[in-house]
Amino acid sequence: MFGAMTTTIRLQREAFDTAAEVAAMTLGRTNIGAVVTFTGLCRADENGAPIAALTLEHYAGMAEAEIARHVDEAERRWPLLGVTVVHRYGRIEPGDVIVLVATASSHRDAAFAAASFLMDYLKTRAPFWKQVETAAGTEWVDAKRADDVAAERWSAPPAQRKAAK
Amino acid sequence: MKLLYFAWVRERVGKAEEQVDPPPGVATVAELMEWLAMRDERHAYAFENAKIIRAAIDRHHVRADAAIAGAGEIAFFPPMTGG
Repeated sequence: MFGAMTTTIRLQREAFDTAAEVAAMTLGRTNIGAVVTFTGLCRADENGAPIAALTLEHYAGMAEAEIARHVDEAERRWPLLGVTVVHRYGRIEPGDVIVLVATASSHRDAAFAAASFLMDYLKTRAPFWKQVETAAGTEWVDAKRADDVAAERWSAPPAQRKAAK
Repeated sequence: MKLLYFAWVRERVGKAEEQVDPPPGVATVAELMEWLAMRDERHAYAFENAKIIRAAIDRHHVRADAAIAGAGEIAFFPPMTGG
């Protein structure tokens, strides 16, 4: 395909250092010209109401497999040299990192596109569910239609994708 | 077969997993949800709006018309909200 790609996919309860993940991906490699990172953080509000924390439930086994399937798909679509996905589960407080997606390529276009593609699919296809803690108790977060729309744009044929821009 | 439940589907059913042995007439994911809903009040509540519930067979997403024959593990859950 496009040369050696390094893939890291990890699900964990613990907090992690996003800069260290990117450094590990690029260490000693001189063919990477672009790294795009997306970091998702826990906000202190949901639908305008303050929250104390959120708890992420996941389907262990399927979550890793589903992310890996989308990383494989990203590698088929773009000339990637590295992909790192780290997703936390369990209780996460406002300001803490939930997810990191980092993509590496020779040039920026592929890295930007692949990171966006992976995040859109993580939102709608990776088996995670967020529950928020508010003053009134706990509540499951509803899936957003906008996330489905964002993911659907990647399944349109290339001609339509171009026209949609 | 082994069933797994997640998020509010799990809370409504009242357990994270169970073993079931549906009759031969229950052939698809949609039919399995209908059959589960008839088991007791908790399952009826969990599957009252079956159209919005997603399913996976052996850790792959499937549609409601997917056949369940040969499935080892079937999971039911709400639309996903990760990322």
